[in-house]
Amino acid sequence: MDVKELRKLFPILDQEVNGKPLVYLDSAATSQKPLPVIEAVNNYYREYNSNVHRGVHTLGTKATDAYEGAREKVRRFIGAKSTEEIIFTRGTTTAINLVAASYGRANLREGDEIVITYMEHHSNIIPWQQVAKQTGATLKYIPLQEDGTIRLEDVENTVTPNTKIVAVVHVSNVLGTINPVKQIAEIAHRNGAVIVVDGAQSTPHMKINVQELDCDFFAFSGHKMCGPTGIGVLYGKKALLEKMEPIEFGGEMIDFVGLYESTWKELPWKFEGGTPIIAGAIGLGAAIDFLEEVGLDQIAKHEHKLAQYALEQMSQIEGITIYGPKERAGLVTFNLDDVHPHDVATVLDAEGIAVRAGHHCAQPLMKWLNVTATARASFYLYNTEEEIDKLVLALKKTKEYFSHVF
Amino acid sequence: MSFNNHLDTLYRQVIMDHYKNPRNRGVLEDESVDINLNNPTCGDRIHLTMKVEDGKIVDAKFEGEGCSISMSSASMMTEAIKGKTIEEALQLSKVFSDMMQGKGYDDSLDLGDIEALQGVSKFPARIKCATLAWKAMEKGLRTEE
Repeated sequence: MDVKELRKLFPILDQEVNGKPLVYLDSAATSQKPLPVIEAVNNYYREYNSNVHRGVHTLGTKATDAYEGAREKVRRFIGAKSTEEIIFTRGTTTAINLVAASYGRANLREGDEIVITYMEHHSNIIPWQQVAKQTGATLKYIPLQEDGTIRLEDVENTVTPNTKIVAVVHVSNVLGTINPVKQIAEIAHRNGAVIVVDGAQSTPHMKINVQELDCDFFAFSGHKMCGPTGIGVLYGKKALLEKMEPIEFGGEMIDFVGLYESTWKELPWKFEGGTPIIAGAIGLGAAIDFLEEVGLDQIAKHEHKLAQYALEQMSQIEGITIYGPKERAGLVTFNLDDVHPHDVATVLDAEGIAVRAGHHCAQPLMKWLNVTATARASFYLYNTEEEIDKLVLALKKTKEYFSHVF
Repeated sequence: MSFNNHLDTLYRQVIMDHYKNPRNRGVLEDESVDINLNNPTCGDRIHLTMKVEDGKIVDAKFEGEGCSISMSSASMMTEAIKGKTIEEALQLSKVFSDMMQGKGYDDSLDLGDIEALQGVSKFPARIKCATLAWKAMEKGLRTEE
């Protein structure tokens, strides 16, 4: 993998911020977009913008082919059996909400349990809180170990025959922990529950095979994997999706509409009410082509190297606290002495370095870590060890800058 | 020591002093206004208590969590409003808001330490940090009015 060559495909990286070359270390929030993705979206709008699945004109057919072609790319990319199992959504949040509102409301009742972990993003907590309130089900949490991992025996102890849904994040957006989703799925299934996997932070960075993981639902976002914002995917096993009711009604998703009754289209379209996210799906298809050409295994290897290098270099900074396990995905969340993470991020920004600061949409995890906020550097295929060196140097400067006031 | 002039316009000495030695930290026991406010995008939070008598703020205290800008701003704000009438405090808040937005502001008022926060307007991402305490004060006083 030639990172220097790859970077040329990301025009945004070639700029100065506050007089310094941009070092973009916030890909876990959103990744940058390579030229093939930008061009695919541009091309759609310039050459064949049309609505899909309706009309008989040439552009409409071309747009439909591209939209449905993107669905096939997604199917292959995550190893699903059929495109009927691939539903385009606005993102991971919408995908999980769909499962909670449709599957959850129909299948949960008082006495049932929903099991999640302490390391979930808000998007995999609140939909379950809401459906628990609506149905009388109970929400339970799998505890974390000191290093931010979960033990399978704790999963065994939390999941019971009353558990109907287990919802877990594949890769934590704060800790970088890679959860043993396949084993958790096995425990869930043994207890008669379905498993919902939040794949927002895993899909961009590692080869996913939903059949091998044996997850019932798997959600991810396009914008974190070189694709446009506003497009995401819900994968669901066909047998489950078939029994589920849509949660959005209107055009596009109907079969027959009467005055008082209507029927739905087949899978996957019954879940895609309204004009779909056509440009987004086409852009996501282009992102998948791009990632496959680079190679997911190559990307994973590169990021693993970066994460280990960052851990090694950053842990040498005096007064730094790093959260999460050693074996992790490509991100490092940290705090620097008494310097608030916002102040850290502002000083780094003055050095051209973009990191995230705040609670990372994971307030329960922040509470577990006993902090109100943290800073996070996250890496992707275009980042280099040289950029990590710049980060480390800037963090040392930050410490120095604030040391005269403390 | 400094390695960046741009940053020095934000992290002025007087701001750091308020951050390190916050004034009026704590919770009033005999408060008449009690308000909690957070900035949900970043996790900063402030708990502001004020004692208002005959339309005048006779005491104010805050506690909370946040960055240097939000906490120093809270410290300065509580200093500034003590002894002011509700109307004067709200007027000051307007001046502060204009200052944060980089607008021209009424400089007939003596802003004292608050003037040091002027540099925040050059850091759009940090304006919300500086305004949190002021928003809490405004919200609290409007319910009192």
